[in-house]
Amino acid sequence: MNRMYAIIEREMRKFFRSPTLMIMSLMLPILQLIIIGNAFGGKIVGTHVAVVDHDHGPQALKVREAFDAIAVNIKTFTTVDYGNEVQAREDVRTGKIDAAVIIPEQYSRRVYTDNAPKLGFVVDNSDLFTSASLEGEMQSLVDALNDPTVKDRLDKAIALEIVELYPYVNYLKYLLPMTVALAMYISVMIGGGMLYIDDKARGVHEGYLVTPITKLELVFGLNIAGAIKATLSGLSIGIIGSLIAGLGVVFHPMIMLQMFCLIVAGSIAFNGMMFLLMVRVDDPLVPRAMFGVLNVLLLYPSGAMYPTVSFPKWMQAMSVIDPFTYAIHGFKSILLKDGGWIAIRFDLAFLTIFGIATLLIATPLFKRTL
Amino acid sequence: MSAAPNLGQAINGGCDDRPIAIEVQHIVKRYGDFEAVKDVNFCVHDGEIFGLLGPNGAGKSTLIRMMTTLIPVTAGKAIVGGHNVAKEPDEVRRMIGVIPQALTSDQDLTVGENLLIYAKLYGVPRGIREKSIADVLEAVDLTKWRDAQTKTLSGGMRRRLEIARGLVHNPKIFFLDEPTTGLDPVSRIAVWEMLNNLKTTRHLTMLITTHYMDEADKLCDRIAIVDHGKLVALGTPVELKNSVAGANVVEVHFDRETEEWQGRLEALEGVTSVQPESSGFYRVITKSGSKTTMQIVELAASLGESLTSLSVQNTTLDDVFIHYTGRQLRDEQVKPVFTMPPRPGAQP
Repeated sequence: MNRMYAIIEREMRKFFRSPTLMIMSLMLPILQLIIIGNAFGGKIVGTHVAVVDHDHGPQALKVREAFDAIAVNIKTFTTVDYGNEVQAREDVRTGKIDAAVIIPEQYSRRVYTDNAPKLGFVVDNSDLFTSASLEGEMQSLVDALNDPTVKDRLDKAIALEIVELYPYVNYLKYLLPMTVALAMYISVMIGGGMLYIDDKARGVHEGYLVTPITKLELVFGLNIAGAIKATLSGLSIGIIGSLIAGLGVVFHPMIMLQMFCLIVAGSIAFNGMMFLLMVRVDDPLVPRAMFGVLNVLLLYPSGAMYPTVSFPKWMQAMSVIDPFTYAIHGFKSILLKDGGWIAIRFDLAFLTIFGIATLLIATPLFKRTL
Repeated sequence: MSAAPNLGQAINGGCDDRPIAIEVQHIVKRYGDFEAVKDVNFCVHDGEIFGLLGPNGAGKSTLIRMMTTLIPVTAGKAIVGGHNVAKEPDEVRRMIGVIPQALTSDQDLTVGENLLIYAKLYGVPRGIREKSIADVLEAVDLTKWRDAQTKTLSGGMRRRLEIARGLVHNPKIFFLDEPTTGLDPVSRIAVWEMLNNLKTTRHLTMLITTHYMDEADKLCDRIAIVDHGKLVALGTPVELKNSVAGANVVEVHFDRETEEWQGRLEALEGVTSVQPESSGFYRVITKSGSKTTMQIVELAASLGESLTSLSVQNTTLDDVFIHYTGRQLRDEQVKPVFTMPPRPGAQP
């Protein structure tokens, strides 16, 4: 056992002695949280919409007043008057403006006579996010215009009342579980993958192999050290990320304990998986080449950014055996839903069993000789 | 001594009645169809420094790796410190210290931390760990560098640290794979002196592989020359030099090259072989350097030719090496292995 502790001691001393590894394993997830969280989570504001008014009647004025209300309040877009419909379409095409509203001739008359009044809306649908946001805003505006001026005393329309179980979850908070899992993955990828193979190539392992250390002591020493490093990364990002995303729940003692258990189980699973993948690799280029591939293969099918139910069957099958799926599900259950032990017990069990299973497979593959 | 008795000694491995530290019997290592080590026998006696010499790819490192339990033996037997490397590898590991070819100490750790980790890996008891580390640091003259980070040490100091690392558990047998490769001449001499001191003060048996003939000559009590995976000669440096026919080497450079020089030189009295080196330049192995020198001068004068240079040398291990292996350099025949480039700022 003392020899196993010697391996752990060596790995941890190196880890704390090398700030580059620590910083890099924390930097990428934090940057991803801040940049992707703000880039994808924000609302569309400040776009420009052309208004081509062929009607100039009172109902057209009502539409324009509604536009002004949007420009002042939620600021999704401001309007620019165009006299020429063709020019407005061309400017949408060239990106000078983001959309164009066409108020046709006789629009007011058709509204008063209930004769199928229509507003034209030209959008650049190559930009999915902006066009979807503008279409949504325009649909709300049209719904408001269709509302009767005098409402019935008893509401006859069916209404949907939405009950949100949890406080508002912005995109930063939504991404935090992925960020914690990613920090652990990067830690095992660098600490358990790249450095492990680099040590092999530099002959450090040759030095171990001529000592009386047993195969099990060596395997467990390397894996426990890797899991400790991943746990430290996960905990650091869990706390820093919660502060950035404004999630105070992480400081609740029970949530902290649940997070710690999940991070430890996740670290064992990630490290076991990495050890299994690297156990017979000698070329230091291999883990570097695999870094991006594994990231895509493991992170995206896990439901970190999009729900797994929207995936095709083959991707759903991948997500079932992907430890990221369970780590992220567990973190979401704790951080966003306060789901307690019941919500994470299956995730904990899967990650622990996965970690043990990968180690059991990798240990016989580990060569005690060169 | 002629070549034949030494080859005979090589075949039986030079074992005699003295206590034996390492005994290699008919050892073979195969990689698929390729036989890297072919039926090698030798004994290393207690307290001696034994050198393994050979060109690149000759099988030296494979031999040392089998003896240090790093790679399995295909056939035959290696007994190290009385234990069979195949059957009792842990017993062997406890008895040996190994200095690999590459500098493998952790650069991010201090000198003391490197030794502490290895003391734990070798199972040095906690009570004597500190003393063992202090002793080996003293032995390799690194005591004042104990708290220095390894990456700040020079190449020679790092090699001394590697030696200290291999000694921290007080082994009886010490394996060094090319211990001075990459060191400057001053550092090499310092390492030689250190190894000689260690041999005396710690009563160590050492097995060294090296490319440097002068190193083998100065350091080793006995030398085995390995080529193509076979032991081709074994003996003390003096015995090996005497085994090469011709006691002297005359190097002669004629002003003008003709096709007849080789034949004329071979015909001189006492000359055993002539090796053409370049245009007009020959290495003449002879039993009497002074007599052959005179004859060459007379030969040139009689033919009206002039000499650019003429020198006489005693037989060196280089001559022995070339005699037994046929050439000085050889392309390595090893499977490609990725080698990490040195870290920025690292010592060579």
